[in-house]
Amino acid sequence: MIKFMLAIVRRDILLVARQPAEMINPLVFFVLVVALFPLGVSPEASLLSEVAAGVIWVAAMLATLLSLELLFKLDHDDGSLEQLLLAPYPSWTLVLAKVFVHWLVSGLPLILISPLIATMLFLPTHAVPALMLSLLLGTPTLSLLGAIGAALVTGVRGGGMLLTLLILPLYVPVIIFGSSSVAAAAQGMAVDGYIALLAAMFVFALMITPWAAGSALKL
Amino acid sequence: MSFPSSAIFHLLCTDDLACERDLRVLYSGLNFTVKAGELWHIKGRNGAGKTTLLRQLAGLHPVDTGKVLYPRHATKVIYIGHKLGLKEQLTADENLSWLAGLDGSSTQQQRYAALEKVGLRGYEENTVAQLSAGQKRRVALARLHLCKGNIWLLDEPFTSIDQQGIVDEQDWLNQHTLAGGAVLMTSHQEISLPQVKILDLSQYAPL
Repeated sequence: MIKFMLAIVRRDILLVARQPAEMINPLVFFVLVVALFPLGVSPEASLLSEVAAGVIWVAAMLATLLSLELLFKLDHDDGSLEQLLLAPYPSWTLVLAKVFVHWLVSGLPLILISPLIATMLFLPTHAVPALMLSLLLGTPTLSLLGAIGAALVTGVRGGGMLLTLLILPLYVPVIIFGSSSVAAAAQGMAVDGYIALLAAMFVFALMITPWAAGSALKL
Repeated sequence: MSFPSSAIFHLLCTDDLACERDLRVLYSGLNFTVKAGELWHIKGRNGAGKTTLLRQLAGLHPVDTGKVLYPRHATKVIYIGHKLGLKEQLTADENLSWLAGLDGSSTQQQRYAALEKVGLRGYEENTVAQLSAGQKRRVALARLHLCKGNIWLLDEPFTSIDQQGIVDEQDWLNQHTLAGGAVLMTSHQEISLPQVKILDLSQYAPL
């Protein structure tokens, strides 16, 4: 079973390596959204530092959502999803493997670039560890939850909008606790509670969503 | 050599299998038993449900009425459909590598040998996007030489294959059935092998 998952991970990473645009797109989108904010609202440091947490989290969520639609769609279109489902392993294993690569490609770069983005928005330096930690727990949760929606709209033409409508409500708690943790850290308050809740949501998503998405893929 | 007609040699049975799509019954009351060494040619007009039947047998299409049974425990099925399941950005060799990796493993030597058998020597490191339609199908068919499967479910395996290729392919089908495997396939071409059994879906269509 581990071998099966590794085979999928290796294949998907190879595919991304052949088409680096897939990896760069969400990242560019993330940076652009955040960079446009000071231009649109106000370049004042006091205002920006206050909204920084929310802006970064919303941008991260949109960047994740942007790349989710293709999670299973490309495999569905060329028939390789059929072959993956025919393998003698439960379908949650393939979901887990594909979500892992999705996070590696769309989530991890966001976390790595987030200190830079935080500086751009005048987020206090002492809040940066909390930002990175919350993104580290939050972005995989977003990928996992999104997998359910992506699996449900796989065979649907123009499922992008449907996916957004399906998934957005599920994202709300992650956004709330994610941005609250950063805002709390910026004000010098304890973030343990928020981080614990984000961790709980991650574990919950990790247990439920691969199974749910795997079942949805078989429909 | 004659086999006793015992259930040990049954690889696949259907029990009163039916299929309904978009409120239209495609076929119903389908009962057949596939034994080792048999090659079933599934016939029917366009839209008769040939592809759907193969997908039901493979477990890719839900079975609402009737049953599909694989009596033997260790039956391995290889399904190659209309969509070949190849990644355009990957090379022929890489595609075979992940396909074989889904259920076991393969060495590069084995993959190259399989590609040579389907007449793609020298194309191992070309991306599938660079290959012609017929060559793409050959890459997918190379899996038959690489992975061990008892039952091959092939949906139109002759599509876009040249004439010599079709002759070769029939030879592989022959060898597979002689070695105790079974094949169920759809095609609009006639298959000139003695062990061919014909399943005409139009006989099972509603009146």
